[in-house]
Amino acid sequence: MSKRLFAVLSVLVLASMLFAACAPKATEAPVPATEAPEATEAPEATEAPAMYECTDPLGCVKIASDEPLHIAYWGVLSGADGSLGEDSKRGVEIAIDDKGGKLLGHDILLTTEDALCTPEGGATAASKLATDTSIVALVGSSCSDETVGGVATLTNAGLTTVSPSNTRPSLSAPDRGPDYDGYLRTAHSDAFQGKAVAEFAYNFLGVRKAATIHDGSAYAQALQQVFADNFVALGGEIVAQEAVAKDATDMKPVLTTIASKGPEFLYYPVFVAVGGYITAQVRDVAGLEEVKLAGSDGIFTADFLKASGPNVKGVYLSSPDFSAFTGDYAGFITKHQAKYGGSTLSTFHAHAYDAANIIFAAIEKVAVVEADGTIYIPRTALREAIYATVDFAGITGNLSCSASGDCGAPVIAMYEVMNDDPASWNPADAANPNPKKVWP
Amino acid sequence: MRTSFGERMLDLIVSGFLWGIRILIVSVIVIGTIGTLRTGQYTSEQWIDFVVFGVAQGSIYALIALGYTMVYGILRMINFAHGDIFMTGAFGAYFIATWLTNTGFVDANPVLGLLIPILFAMGIAAAIAMLVERIAYRPLRGAPRLVPLISAIGASFFLEYAFRGFFGPGKYAYPPIKALEGSWEIFGIGILKVQIVVTIAAFIMMAILYFIVMFTKVGKAMRAVSENKDTAALMGIDVNRIIVSTFALGAAMAGAAGVLFSLVYRQIDFFMGFTPGIKAFTAAVLGGIGNIPGAMVGGLVLGVFESIGPSLFLEGLGITRPYQLKDAIAYTMLVMILLFRPSGILGERLTTKKA
Repeated sequence: MSKRLFAVLSVLVLASMLFAACAPKATEAPVPATEAPEATEAPEATEAPAMYECTDPLGCVKIASDEPLHIAYWGVLSGADGSLGEDSKRGVEIAIDDKGGKLLGHDILLTTEDALCTPEGGATAASKLATDTSIVALVGSSCSDETVGGVATLTNAGLTTVSPSNTRPSLSAPDRGPDYDGYLRTAHSDAFQGKAVAEFAYNFLGVRKAATIHDGSAYAQALQQVFADNFVALGGEIVAQEAVAKDATDMKPVLTTIASKGPEFLYYPVFVAVGGYITAQVRDVAGLEEVKLAGSDGIFTADFLKASGPNVKGVYLSSPDFSAFTGDYAGFITKHQAKYGGSTLSTFHAHAYDAANIIFAAIEKVAVVEADGTIYIPRTALREAIYATVDFAGITGNLSCSASGDCGAPVIAMYEVMNDDPASWNPADAANPNPKKVWP
Repeated sequence: MRTSFGERMLDLIVSGFLWGIRILIVSVIVIGTIGTLRTGQYTSEQWIDFVVFGVAQGSIYALIALGYTMVYGILRMINFAHGDIFMTGAFGAYFIATWLTNTGFVDANPVLGLLIPILFAMGIAAAIAMLVERIAYRPLRGAPRLVPLISAIGASFFLEYAFRGFFGPGKYAYPPIKALEGSWEIFGIGILKVQIVVTIAAFIMMAILYFIVMFTKVGKAMRAVSENKDTAALMGIDVNRIIVSTFALGAAMAGAAGVLFSLVYRQIDFFMGFTPGIKAFTAAVLGGIGNIPGAMVGGLVLGVFESIGPSLFLEGLGITRPYQLKDAIAYTMLVMILLFRPSGILGERLTTKKA
């Protein structure tokens, strides 16, 4: 009998390998023909006389006069957190529309790659994109985990990516290492976000005992730690720091453990699935009926309302402060409304719009245009030009990139969910916003 | 046959090693438990809460595990798509429950408001399972054992991504039943109404299933087919029909489990069947695969251990954030049971009297 069981188990192991192997493969279908660069190589020899000599250490992208200028977007486009990446992708698409779909006389071609919000997904997406030599630069990724998995591949392929929504502090830390040379972000670092939540909890809500839950992701783990450090520094007490698996559904045991420590404030800067389960179950646990709840930008989306049900009313969410955006955010929202209908899906559309425009500006700065319309983009020069961005007038603020890749203008606000109906989600609504800004 | 000295030494080393592992695991549990209890961090109410959460979760695992175990008992095959059948039941119930809630029907008739979605989910799950059996398994009945398993994995993916295609990748909040909010005082301890109702409902379902298998003509035929297909056919039993009804019965249980799961956790999505499916399979093996009471016991044991384990013995060992290791507990327990009792808690009963 045990032999049979052994067989069953080994089959299961095989099956799980199959699962692992199948998941990334499923997204392989829409790979754009990588033949494009090959085609350009052939005529290269004939155009010899006036040819631009590429001396860039990372090489140049050559775009013939009839070829599109190819940029890519990588981020989470499916699964529970798909709205986070979809929202940013729309920001990039609007940025392209604003350019009239053309840059330096070439059509802009946007390739998208789903990175699944996991390190593995990020690695897969990055290696796929790195093989396409026609790509000039990228916007992405959405989740910090994706960047951790994929950034080295992109950097080493000579590419540069600007993330609209990664917030993990270490990604733009001064000691982040050479693998991150090709990585910048327009999103705020969670060093700011965690601090803002701590100040909000301590000063505005007046709570003194807080607990946190994270889901083991790079984003949540770091953010709750920043919060905890700042909360303690303000004079508060962290009574529990718990963690659950990303696919956990039963939160009641962990919440009971937290309840035994008697917190007044529960902070769970996680993603939609876990956030929804916690919110739906927390009021059932004895001792947590009155605890104040807060999450962060990872669940700043109508999907979180959909997943949480009625308990979501009164939950505080931190997010970039939309009212502090200096640029024409209202104009962006109008274009978004016209193009996609409905309100924005998540937090980082404006950051994605800015990321794309920073890249476009840098390309315009460094591109070498030949008489026949052929353009060459030296990769190192492009990367340096993006880093050299100073006082760029974006819609999230005036952006300047630091040497370690931080381009964001971080102003964080706390919003309160006023209504549990996902259809009412509209933080930008003037009269009846949901969620509504409550601090600062 | 005389064995050589070397072989005997090897046997000794292997069994010594296995005993070492057993002793290690047991002592880890004991030390951890003592460590936790000495800190006295939890009140006895909280321990009871842990057990109640575990029983509710475990009875849902048990309901799903029944489907695995029945199909294994009859076809010796792991129906990998069973977790997704559970998901289809939850989705079916979601739409009817949302509609009933919005029309105010559930508030007016809470009992019917619970029963209608359950019956609907059972019907949908059974129908889909019968289709899956007809399309993906029956044509492969005579093939080697691995073939239907691969086909089952395919069916699992198909169901997941078909539902994703229909309803999108997002999460849906399952509407709560107002009458089930709050808790009841039982012996002075407040227990959530929804947990009690879910547990009782699961036990009723299991009792019905047990009755069908043990005391009806169909059940008798199922047991006969499980014992020997060919002989059963010679006795005039329509084997195909019995196999289909086994799938339908198991799937109906999974569909009901889907509703109960949604009532407790209030969130559904197209991928929700995967983890509970694996856990329920674990429960089935834990109790002794092919054994119906075994699946029930296995589910309950697994649920309670998962719920109580992290705080009972992992915290006592000084492990921080023990809830991340919940799944590790479930699977360590599986390994442990298989080390101590290779045929599961109640033993595998494939060809004996019970299905």
